[in-house]
Amino acid sequence: MAVVARQERLHRFERSALAGVLVREVVNFSSYWRSATFSSTVEPTIYLLAFGFGFGSLVAKVGGYDYVQFVGTGTVATAVLFSSAFPAMFGTFVKYQFQRTYDAILAAPVDTEELVTAEALWIATRAGVYGCVPMIVAMFFGLDPRWEMLVVPLVGWLAGFGWGCFGIMVAGFAKSIENFSYIVSAVLTPLFLVAGTFFPLNRLPRWAQVLGEANPLHHCVQLVRDSAFGMLGWIDLLRVGALVVFGLVIWRLGIFAMQRKLID
Amino acid sequence: MSELAIRLRGVVKRYGQISAVDGLDVSVPAGTCVGLLGPNGAGKSTTMRMLTGQSIADEGELEVLGFRMPDESKQARALLGVTPQLDNLDVTLTVEQNLLVFTYLYRVPRRERKEAIERSLELARLGDRRDTRVDRLSGGMRRRLLIARSLVHRPRLVLLDEPTVGLDPQIRQELWALIDRLRSEGTTILMSTHYIEEAQRLADTVLIMSHGKAVAAGPPAELVTEHAGDEVLEVYGGPSRLAEVEREAAARGLSTRRTGTSVAVLGAGSVDGFEGERRPANLEDVFVLLTGEEIG
Repeated sequence: MAVVARQERLHRFERSALAGVLVREVVNFSSYWRSATFSSTVEPTIYLLAFGFGFGSLVAKVGGYDYVQFVGTGTVATAVLFSSAFPAMFGTFVKYQFQRTYDAILAAPVDTEELVTAEALWIATRAGVYGCVPMIVAMFFGLDPRWEMLVVPLVGWLAGFGWGCFGIMVAGFAKSIENFSYIVSAVLTPLFLVAGTFFPLNRLPRWAQVLGEANPLHHCVQLVRDSAFGMLGWIDLLRVGALVVFGLVIWRLGIFAMQRKLID
Repeated sequence: MSELAIRLRGVVKRYGQISAVDGLDVSVPAGTCVGLLGPNGAGKSTTMRMLTGQSIADEGELEVLGFRMPDESKQARALLGVTPQLDNLDVTLTVEQNLLVFTYLYRVPRRERKEAIERSLELARLGDRRDTRVDRLSGGMRRRLLIARSLVHRPRLVLLDEPTVGLDPQIRQELWALIDRLRSEGTTILMSTHYIEEAQRLADTVLIMSHGKAVAAGPPAELVTEHAGDEVLEVYGGPSRLAEVEREAAARGLSTRRTGTSVAVLGAGSVDGFEGERRPANLEDVFVLLTGEEIG
């Protein structure tokens, strides 16, 4: 009996490998979409309401906009972060360590590179959708709809891809799930607070403004605001470029980290 | 000459100072069932991981279904079914959803997906449980699903890593029937186990591993005859008596092994001078003789 007719060489990135991982996520999503949707939308909405009305009573306008609208557009980035970096960190670690899902996937014709990419694409898509929620809520508080707002889910997708890869990378390098506290306290919280979400960065000292430009979340905030307020300009292309670079670099690092973890 | 589904030559895998696999040769002819038998820590699981490209050998040659590992591992994995030792089903999904996901991961063509799922359900005898969530299945059902999941794409070669570990005897028999059916359909099987009865019942060839090496290979009955003879004499007694029996047997050039409560004198067919119970030699005698009485 001939064992096997030699197949043609398989490619490095294959649609069917990505589809397999994505189908697994989509089918699983059908069993937990309620809780995921709840946490990804309610949390930023609470920020929006608390800051919008809490500070809004002290500060009427920021940068020429109603403070509620300023925060409503800013918290899109918060929603993107919360629905990408966090699920990616915890989800990846759980699937690797506790459910051993990745053992099963890598025993199928799927490589680590494809696995990480498909997971990041899925997280990006969720982030793009969930990211729009605060903006939609803000519309109930007087934010006028504009055609440019259709760019917002794409911005959320792009930023969500980078933050999703960031979460996967952190899970790949972390020795235990407790290590996540360092990343949350030392990296995510400062980046989240100094992104221009709740206050504009242009009143901060010069060095803080420069640092802000290195914060991918800040670019996400600005892109969303410029779309929502109809202010898109050339500088936004640079911001998109920054998010693309962020996504690509962290994507490769995420693959590297998971490769080290999954293949010995 | 029959073709080899798996061919390992001089394979070495080190973790730091420790060689988990240390110069291993394995040949699995297509269409046969080979049992990888060895105590915990003998290198069985590491060997299994190298066959799926999840562990990369430091030295040696590995070929799976004619594909060189790890370079062509993806081609090999497309034709390979793997049942892991630890259950990694998606527990919040139904039986059918678990199978559906794997028809995608294993690239079953769209128009064959439904049929592949039905075939797997029938094989695992879970047809009436298709809509049950996995976390509501019994241990035996989960295990059957885990095996069926690895068969959705009709693999040429199936790797079973400790398929019945930790299960009741009844469930174990159920799974043996399933594996035997696969074997009779001509699927090549490599099964790691530390249950001797499992290897004896299912495997055409047994490969005994110890400290990362193959210490013996052959059909179970031949291994028994070669290493333990036809008959074994079990001598019971106190510790000093047992030690004495061991000395006497060694002086006559006979091998012995401790069973815990007795000393078994191997190849004792025509030997007399010892008081004890005669019984046919078995694979367990060979296993303990070759892998050592103490497990480090």
